[in-house]
Amino acid sequence: MKKIYMDHVATNPLHPEVLDAMMPYFKDNYGNPLSLYGPGFKAREAIENARESTASLINAKAKEIIFTASGAESNNFALKGIAYALQGKGKHIIVSKIEHHSVLNSARFLEKQGFVVTYLPVDNHGLVDPEAVKKAINSETILISIIHASPEIGTIQSLSEINKIAKEKGVLLHTDSVAAVGNIPVDVQALNVDLMTFAAHQFYGPKGAAALYVKEGTRIVPLIYGGIQEGGRRAGTENVPAIVGMGKAADITKRDLQKRIDHIRPLRDSIISSTLKINKVILTGHPEQRLPGHASFVVEYIEGEAMLLMLAAKGIYSASGSACSSKALKSSPVLISIGVPVHLAQGSVVFTLGEETTSEDITYFNETFPQVISRLREISPYSKGWEETEAPTCTAKK
Amino acid sequence: MSLAEAHQLDNGGIKFLNEPIKADSETDVIYMMCPMHLLTLDDKVKEIRKGQVLSILTDYDGALEDIPEWCNKTGNEFLGIYEDTDHYKFFIKKVKES
Repeated sequence: MKKIYMDHVATNPLHPEVLDAMMPYFKDNYGNPLSLYGPGFKAREAIENARESTASLINAKAKEIIFTASGAESNNFALKGIAYALQGKGKHIIVSKIEHHSVLNSARFLEKQGFVVTYLPVDNHGLVDPEAVKKAINSETILISIIHASPEIGTIQSLSEINKIAKEKGVLLHTDSVAAVGNIPVDVQALNVDLMTFAAHQFYGPKGAAALYVKEGTRIVPLIYGGIQEGGRRAGTENVPAIVGMGKAADITKRDLQKRIDHIRPLRDSIISSTLKINKVILTGHPEQRLPGHASFVVEYIEGEAMLLMLAAKGIYSASGSACSSKALKSSPVLISIGVPVHLAQGSVVFTLGEETTSEDITYFNETFPQVISRLREISPYSKGWEETEAPTCTAKK
Repeated sequence: MSLAEAHQLDNGGIKFLNEPIKADSETDVIYMMCPMHLLTLDDKVKEIRKGQVLSILTDYDGALEDIPEWCNKTGNEFLGIYEDTDHYKFFIKKVKES
């Protein structure tokens, strides 16, 4: 049976060149980067080379990159680190309602510490209104955190407009770019953001390696104190192989990004046009301003989990939204925020493509998915429609 | 009495400044803990020329002892400390080329 991986927003396979680059640092070059002898110097040099490569991917300076272990850590670091650093100036933070849990829960944690958080709504496509940002800013506002691209609905925010407002008001802007970096060109100079989170496994690098970009001159309180690693901003002996892998993946991504986009965008368009021919299926997220390999839908009358299982049985691996929401059997806050009714949000499914996805894969998918929907609707208690039951009325438009 | 003033008494008089000195280069290690103030100082002094002044901003109290001592050891001139609202500004004059 065919095996088609269509969950690239969850993670990606390691690029073979990345694995080759990492291997020596598991074996011969095992030195501690702080050690003052040969193996230590080699490890230090490898980390600094990886920092150059990682910075180059987003057009940053090497010294503006702090390596971390995950996007979640970087998001926690950005919110808590800036909140504590600037609490003397103000205690108000703005985030959108469609942030990743690592931003939302950090914001909730800060609320318990006495900070005030505004959770901005989004429109039906998942876009934050820059005017709403402007209205939310007050004299106490110190930080705005807006997700760059949503892994659940694929929408790419208009960050430059939001940042223009932030800069006018003297407020720092952090963006969670985990789903963006490696999938679209990202340039911190052009975006003029102050902090940016991104993770290696989103662009064929290893898990356990991520970064927080902190614009030069920005004060931040470390999450982890201890040694002098990462300029004293993130203590702990470095995960050298993973950092080397992130650097290599960054080099490859810089080289191949446009090719990847040109490859997956038409495949993604094929999925969207084919799937929207099925009755009572709705595209979630922005129709154009979305990640090039991202197609997300809600399918009426059936549950996302059932679709995932049946698709997996046919060799197609996909997701029903955020990993956290899927495991918690909870309606996705992102879908609720874009106005999808609760009963429809259960029928969420997300397909994300990568460089190894082929047109044959998509042909197979386009044949298989309608069959899966059809079969599940036959056995669904809602097969005659919501109207025949006491479920709430669907208001979303196709 | 502030912690800085207490150190002044302990050490028989660290030079406190009423106004900051004009520095040729400034570096900020606020929120960084030991030994980042010394490592950064060592790096930044290398970047300036003999006779130039470096200011280093820190909120680390241990710097009140460490930085004057570092200047003694390395032969650079410690010009004094300016106590800002939530941090210290140390001023160091580079005495010899490194």
